[in-house]
Amino acid sequence: MARTRKGIEVSIAMADAVAQANVDVIAAYPITPQTHIVEHLSEIVANGELDAEYVPVESEHSAMSVCCGSSAVGARTFTSTSSQGLALMAEIFYIAASMRLPMVMALANRSLSGPLSIWNDHTDTMMVRDAGWIHVFVENGQECYDNVFCGYRISEDPSVMLPLAVNLDGFILTHMIEPVIYEDNETIRKYLPDVRMKNALHPDNPVSMGCFAMPEIYTEAQMGREQGLLDAYPVIVKAWKEWGDLTGRYYRPIETYRTEDAEYCIVTMGSYGETAMEVVDALREEGEKVGVVKIRLWRPFPFEDFRSAVEGKKSLIVVDRAISFGGPGGPVALELRSALYGRPNAPAIVNYVAGLAGRDVARSDFRKIILEGKAKASKGETEGFTLYGLRG
Amino acid sequence: MLEIRLHGRGGQGAVTSAELIAIAAINKGNFAQAFPSFGPERRGAPVVAFCRVDDRKINIRAKVYEPDVVIVLDPGLLSLLDPTEGMGDGGILILNTKKKPQEVVTAPGRSLKVVTMDANTIATEELGRPIVNTTMLGGFIRATGLIGIDDIKEPLLERFGKKLGERNLKAMERAYQEVSIGE
Repeated sequence: MARTRKGIEVSIAMADAVAQANVDVIAAYPITPQTHIVEHLSEIVANGELDAEYVPVESEHSAMSVCCGSSAVGARTFTSTSSQGLALMAEIFYIAASMRLPMVMALANRSLSGPLSIWNDHTDTMMVRDAGWIHVFVENGQECYDNVFCGYRISEDPSVMLPLAVNLDGFILTHMIEPVIYEDNETIRKYLPDVRMKNALHPDNPVSMGCFAMPEIYTEAQMGREQGLLDAYPVIVKAWKEWGDLTGRYYRPIETYRTEDAEYCIVTMGSYGETAMEVVDALREEGEKVGVVKIRLWRPFPFEDFRSAVEGKKSLIVVDRAISFGGPGGPVALELRSALYGRPNAPAIVNYVAGLAGRDVARSDFRKIILEGKAKASKGETEGFTLYGLRG
Repeated sequence: MLEIRLHGRGGQGAVTSAELIAIAAINKGNFAQAFPSFGPERRGAPVVAFCRVDDRKINIRAKVYEPDVVIVLDPGLLSLLDPTEGMGDGGILILNTKKKPQEVVTAPGRSLKVVTMDANTIATEELGRPIVNTTMLGGFIRATGLIGIDDIKEPLLERFGKKLGERNLKAMERAYQEVSIGE
């Protein structure tokens, strides 16, 4: 394939990227909640355009189990899910990270029941935040496409060997037609050679994986996972840098927009970052010294990048897409408050939870959140969170 | 940036129309988005689709609230909803109706350009049934000049295949000729 710019549904572009990444095994449960990503991959495999095993399993629990098995033998592995599908997968999701099994998942973020809902927010991914996967958030179709390749490059790196989820907003991105640049296969091959995993299961070299752990070793095993995620950080940064050198599209753990002279910033994760930029442009015209901070790498959390991005700012208005019931507000705000706690002159944090289960957050809403959030911060109203747009 | 909202009923192809406009615009080197109003898909129920076209990257991830152009595929929807909601002066309202533009009454206080075509008749004659999404595009192209008929040929033939695609193209070309554009 030559380098081309296409008007295409983001899910289809992501499936095409998975095929270009030359995966060996795709396992997925094809029924709601699912996206066109694996549907299109099933066509690509059936048409003989990709030499891969496509395993249509009977549940998401089985999908992740197949992925673990295929990754364990050294096969490049892909799956995708959302919402309740991720919930059913959760047990094996943790095991994939514990067994250090590289794979890439397109996690099309959607709400969890109940009440029954399939629309977009970040409730599903927050459920597995602590599973030990690498979590990347993207904000448009191009980033979805690009991060499939970066994802494999990072996940399969011998010093990482961890599963990686590319989090993309369900519907907002998965059902969007927009321009995406496809790179040529030669560029992809250069960036992402075929996988050669050490320690893969093989009859000539028997090893045990996923063993039982007595209390004497469980703590050390968990520390191994923690250290593995921390060690992944430089590999992630390098993989994004090299992708940028090849394609001109650079990614960083924390992205900033018009923050240099900003007095305060809106903080987003996922596709909301784009609307936030648009609104910040408009507010800048009116003289507001506001910028956008976007969290691209959620796990391992890039504490130093975040702290330096917000240094000297008066306040941060953090927009979360999920609630921690009975807790301190949204998971992102919780994270950022922890990152800044006890630091001298740390910016004040005001937290909004918005856009739950697909409730639209328009430019006018962002404007209101930013200006109201700024006023709250200046009055010291920084406790808890506000559920934006709550009726009644 | 031009923002477009399409009103139709499930099964009429409003989403396809939005997609074809976006793909044609992107193929011309522009930036565009097309997306449905997300929800359960039910044949016959009122549906909305959205499209944005610009010459720079589009950074809005929300529905269209203040459309520059509104396309209504089903005349029956006019008694259920106000398709002009959010439109401002100079907005273009494209309707599938036998009426002439001057016979169409819209809420006072705004000056809209009304564009009408008898898409049901055209589609029935050309396609054998009143699926008007591609027919309406003929009127859209004529009224806005945003893209040309030639720009939409390729995505249309890719979407519908050669045989059905060419019939849809004919319906679109007829609408392009027969559309009535108001003041």
